[in-house]
Amino acid sequence: MSTRRLVLTRSAAAIGVASSGFLLPEIARAQSNKIRVGLMLPYTGTFAQLGVAIENGFRMAINEQGGKLGGREIEYFKVDDEANPAKGIENAQRLVQRDKVDVLIGTVHSGVQMGIHRVARESGVLNIIPNAGVHAATRAQCAPNVFRTSFTNSQPTLGLGKVMVEKGHKKAVWITWGYAAGDEAFEGFEESYTKAGGQIVKKLALPFPNVEFQALLTEIASIKPDAVACFFAGGGAAKFIRDYAAAGLNKTIPLYGSGFLTEGVLDAAGDAANGILTTLHYSDSLDTASNRKFRLEYAKAFRMQPDVYAVQGYDSGLLLVQGANAVKGDLNNKQALYAATQNAKIDSPRGKWSMSKANNPIQDIYLRRVENRENKVVGIAAKAVQDSGAGCKMA
Amino acid sequence: MDIANFLIQLLNSVQYGLLLFMLAAGLTLIFGIMGVVNLAHGSFYMLGAYLAWSLSLQLDSLTLAILLGTMLSVIFGLLLEKILIQHFYHRDHLDQVLLTFGLIYIFEEARSMIWGDDVHGVDIPALLAGSIQLTDNLSYPVYRLFISGVCIVLALGLYILISKTRLGMKIRAGAFNREMTEALGVNIKLIHSLVFALGVGLATIAGMIASPISSVYPNMGSSVLIMCFVVVVIGGIGSVRGALIAALLVGFVDTFGKVLLPQFASMLVYVLMALVLLYKPEGLFKA
Repeated sequence: MSTRRLVLTRSAAAIGVASSGFLLPEIARAQSNKIRVGLMLPYTGTFAQLGVAIENGFRMAINEQGGKLGGREIEYFKVDDEANPAKGIENAQRLVQRDKVDVLIGTVHSGVQMGIHRVARESGVLNIIPNAGVHAATRAQCAPNVFRTSFTNSQPTLGLGKVMVEKGHKKAVWITWGYAAGDEAFEGFEESYTKAGGQIVKKLALPFPNVEFQALLTEIASIKPDAVACFFAGGGAAKFIRDYAAAGLNKTIPLYGSGFLTEGVLDAAGDAANGILTTLHYSDSLDTASNRKFRLEYAKAFRMQPDVYAVQGYDSGLLLVQGANAVKGDLNNKQALYAATQNAKIDSPRGKWSMSKANNPIQDIYLRRVENRENKVVGIAAKAVQDSGAGCKMA
Repeated sequence: MDIANFLIQLLNSVQYGLLLFMLAAGLTLIFGIMGVVNLAHGSFYMLGAYLAWSLSLQLDSLTLAILLGTMLSVIFGLLLEKILIQHFYHRDHLDQVLLTFGLIYIFEEARSMIWGDDVHGVDIPALLAGSIQLTDNLSYPVYRLFISGVCIVLALGLYILISKTRLGMKIRAGAFNREMTEALGVNIKLIHSLVFALGVGLATIAGMIASPISSVYPNMGSSVLIMCFVVVVIGGIGSVRGALIAALLVGFVDTFGKVLLPQFASMLVYVLMALVLLYKPEGLFKA
């Protein structure tokens, strides 16, 4: 082998070793001066606004601490995950291996989340989930370094059943898209509704993201249930609300839903949305001192109105602050860090909440009614709702 | 399912089918006559919906918005053909697919920069806002019937244009044998520009007219695009009549599939396509 070739192969090997950070002793980079915070969120595509709202909220919580974590400066690393599940693992690895982040904040889309989740479990990096509600992350595949500050997909609908039965709606039709989030939302509805004594007379589904609802609305009209409960979100939700009203069904069969049905689409849905009852862990109109303060500060800082996603980003920041303060900024002191985040009490704009054993919020679910393009809080649909965390065994 | 219900579902399926036809007609024309695979077709549908929304806010009238939007979209189609598409007639389909796939991203980003990522609603014009009571608790929006009416008019118009007019004859001739038609003194370049603009116009009109019932939101073109291709493949590439029959067939299968076989609803349309491909690889109607 020629010398030149030997040099090449050896340097390649050396680079290979150097770039795989996990081979180096932890100590070597433990006390580098700045905490490295990775943000992996959608900044383009359909969910772009959610990503921006989450980052704004997160930065707001950190800025309230003077822009520091446990006294240490912060360096931010950002990756646009494009809400693309195919690149989930690759993007997470970029932050963890290349940028060597101490904590990874992300993400919105459940499919992408499972990519992050795999990287988080393998590398042991602290991961805070600011939105994605996929069950597995805090159930069968829960991990001591993965915390969620949002909800599981079945949590909002766990608040739905009792409310519906109390209003005398004992026979309901369920309708959603036939995909994971829809199935998980159904689990919450089924559990709470049948427990309260309700009967699900029919379960309707259409393929995601099909928005041709007319056939199923005709079906609902012929079944004549007491009420309809549903899970839809985004543009499809606006269309469903309009179609439901256009078919005249809203006059005789009340519509209920997981709160995402009426988040961010009320202007688009217009008067058709009036009277819809939904359940969620937050509402813009929540009339508490901490929510009023949050909304004012956020509007001042970012010149836009916050939404539920901004709150979840803010709470992710609050959680990280509590953890980092407890270990005085030494995020490598993992045992103490996780103990602190596990026991954190978050004073959120949505109300106080704490972590379940599976690292998912135990939180109140509010009942909201749409009035004049706003989700008015009617009351608390269910107090301290906890996801079952079924199958979670912390290593 | 009793007879009343069956009839209502039949109405649903015809209505959906006609809307699909309007979308697929432009795609099948561009593909069949010019040989261009246009993946960006769904984006024109989305652009139409956003145009309807923003113009109707400016002009305070959906009718005016649709008229102005149609003109804008035809001009846009002509420009796009001149600047980009015409350079790809002689390239293979892969190049065309890459080009139009890239256009999808460009249109989405442009949409995001111009109009943002919010979901919007468009109000139905007061004249058509009513609904017809079908059963004791189900009513049918007049506007949906109006859409079907527009689709039928457009289908007739296309039929007359393609099979009964001189221009239509030239279009068909150009699709059949480009060189010979050119040699006979027909300006095939102009005809291609017109056909492309017509295809873009049809998709945008569909987006604009459907906007009050579909809402207006990012990426709304992508799911529509797949259905369009299914319709074109079933109907036979380039055949407008085939697209009409196929669209009605897809509407029927989709509607009744959702009701009668919900667990297979997402598959049925594709099963239909696979069956057609198996027994009639060139589609139901050869252009």
